Amino acid sequence: MKAEELNKLRDQFKAEIAMQDGSCDYRVLVGMDTGGQAAGAVPVYEAMVEDTKKNGYKCKVIAAGAIGVSSLEPIVEVVAKDGTKTTYVHVNPDKAHEIMAGHIGQGKIVMDYVVGTTPLGKMGREANDPVVTNIEDTEFFKRQKRVVLHNCGKIDPCDINEYIGADGYQALAKALSSMKPRDVTAEVLKSGLRGRGGAGFPTGRKWGFINPDEDKDHYVICNFDEGDPGAFMNRAEIEGDPHGVIEGMALAGYAIGAKQGYIYVRAEYPLAIERLNNAIAQARKDGLLGEHIMGTDFTFDLELRLGAGAFVCGEETALIQSVEGKRGMPNPRPPFPAISGVWGKPTVVDNVETLFNIPLIIHNGADWFLGIGDEKSHGTKVFCLAGKTNNPGLVEIPLGTTLREVVYDIGGGCQAGKKFKAVQTGGPSGGCLTERDLDTPITYDTLVAAGSMMGSGGMIILDEDNCMVDVARFYMDFICDESCGKCTPCRVGTKRMLEMLTSITEGRGTQKTIDDLKYLAAEIKDSALCALGQTSANPILSTLNKFPEEYQAHIEKTCPSHVCKKLLKYEIDREKCIGCGACERNCPVKCIAPTDYVAPGKKLPARAIDQYKCIKCGTCMATCRFGAISRH
Amino acid sequence: MQKLNEASLRKIDEIVARHKGQPGPVKMMLHEVQDDLGYIPFEAMEKIAAAADVSVAEVYGVVTFYTRFKTQPSGKHVISVCLGTACYVNNSQTMLEKILELTKSPVNGTSTDGLFSVDATRCLGACGLAPVAVIDGTVYGNSLKSGLAEKRIKEIIAAERKA
Repeated sequence: MKAEELNKLRDQFKAEIAMQDGSCDYRVLVGMDTGGQAAGAVPVYEAMVEDTKKNGYKCKVIAAGAIGVSSLEPIVEVVAKDGTKTTYVHVNPDKAHEIMAGHIGQGKIVMDYVVGTTPLGKMGREANDPVVTNIEDTEFFKRQKRVVLHNCGKIDPCDINEYIGADGYQALAKALSSMKPRDVTAEVLKSGLRGRGGAGFPTGRKWGFINPDEDKDHYVICNFDEGDPGAFMNRAEIEGDPHGVIEGMALAGYAIGAKQGYIYVRAEYPLAIERLNNAIAQARKDGLLGEHIMGTDFTFDLELRLGAGAFVCGEETALIQSVEGKRGMPNPRPPFPAISGVWGKPTVVDNVETLFNIPLIIHNGADWFLGIGDEKSHGTKVFCLAGKTNNPGLVEIPLGTTLREVVYDIGGGCQAGKKFKAVQTGGPSGGCLTERDLDTPITYDTLVAAGSMMGSGGMIILDEDNCMVDVARFYMDFICDESCGKCTPCRVGTKRMLEMLTSITEGRGTQKTIDDLKYLAAEIKDSALCALGQTSANPILSTLNKFPEEYQAHIEKTCPSHVCKKLLKYEIDREKCIGCGACERNCPVKCIAPTDYVAPGKKLPARAIDQYKCIKCGTCMATCRFGAISRH
Repeated sequence: MQKLNEASLRKIDEIVARHKGQPGPVKMMLHEVQDDLGYIPFEAMEKIAAAADVSVAEVYGVVTFYTRFKTQPSGKHVISVCLGTACYVNNSQTMLEKILELTKSPVNGTSTDGLFSVDATRCLGACGLAPVAVIDGTVYGNSLKSGLAEKRIKEIIAAERKA
């Protein structure tokens, strides 16, 4: 389709989305990304579709992307013709019927189920403040700036027309009609956009390494491997707005002179794959992908290539090997992919979120992007708040927002009133930031200075019940498993570091173990082939630096957070024990037996645990109804 | 190794024919074989190697590199327990141990009665529902506290025992 047709569609569907064209009175958006569906959104959606048909309601029920608040799912948002939005949370099919009957049928908000009834909805409000009905009025949302996620949860991800109605493909039209390829790269460079996959390399500079005019095959690859455990930003972005990445890749292809793009998506994301395939087919049908896009000479098409469960394939050279159908093992750089990438040709590899920013930068201009965020780190970043936070979910904030704001004002602090201990950013390549670091503004450089890194966006909140040595061991176990095995420092080194860490968590570590660990970590950082190996020691070094007392305690054979099993001791208080024998009966290794002692006031002999046989499973403590068993 | 039946062999031939001639076809063929048959039989590796003009060793190397490709058939019921960071700090290791005990399956293996395969997976991307377990494609969020995953497994065992 040509530009005028695109504009006509835009106007038509903008009016339809705003319900200005009389086609409907309500838009009912059900959060149906993977997380929403896991929480039970499908029967809710089906109930609402059924009610609409049965009653002939003038409303459109949409299976939308994530609204992004995991603890409140399933979430349903009802948008009225006048633009007011009501957010319903913890919806189930029964509540869905009530909402349809009350809100759609009679125009009355069903106040019992709105977001304002939840702790998240009440955050930062006084007791007699009116109940919040729109999630965008909560503290959780007010501090966010939804730029990359601007369509997520607001449009139908399976309908290209809604994307177009939200100004979709306008950037591509602008680039193809009034910009040369190098102009697009220049604009991206000017915006200061840095890669959102974790390394933060300036995107415009990466694209600038490729000459768009040379007569050679060039390729664009979207890195949608998203392997960091605890990160699901890219999944939510694509499940909610797949055309965003398609338009971004088309613009990248135009800028570097590529005719073919690959989206490397991990196979563990079947819904994202389905929505992407659907979106690509629609874009092709509308002449926005394929040959002579929008009637110009520009030809660009997309293909999906699936990951198969290898974390290392998030590293760009390993990813390229995987696209080529081989073992995903990294290669030394140089040569960089911009010189020799997939099929040996110049290739640009960009993260999903980086690509989502491209159409917005081209449409709104680099100056608009420069106006958001911090002076050295521009724009926004989507983070996934998870772990012990009260409000797990998607958080998009302008760079420069402080950690304190994210952890407390948005995240609501730790569950069950527990004490905050650390926030882990950057996944297995990152480090932890503590109470002392909370006033650090979140930018690429400040996080590195504070001993961690931005990473792809995973933010795991840890509280007083987490053991930092165990967390470091967890990450090392992961890395050891995921090491491709090509270079000795990583293949052997991570194994050794894991053995050392495990010995510390099992009470066999000494000061020498810690010293050896530090030495080995430094060596591996210097000599490993790729970023997986080079950054593998970061969690260890970070926890050693910020929590030396925890390592010291483990050397002295205790785990202060009561996590490391081999360092736990379960004891029965013989004064409290009434001798019922429940613990003895339930012990899987039969290590509890009666003693000679009967406590004053009790009738039966107190029990005792044979510490040599005890496997520290905790069943006895869970079974005792008299609080007689404790754990040290 | 058991000999593959005719139907499976024909399926493999179809998959190979579909991708032959495309650039870098080995992994794409393996994905389809894994999805269709539930594992990669040796015959499939031989046929893929022949079609892609590479050695069987190279195809075997690709199969064994990626955790998604299995060389043994999975159990009748497939259970995944997420050991991603968010789930791990919310005690998914405990959930995994409970499930291993119930199903009598080894981790990342299949129970001897062929009923269950239990995989300890990487992050499934549903971190807000930690700890997450998936049974036959259905996601069980907050699995430790809700107890629904264990309930389902016990249901399956009871149903299989009856049958």
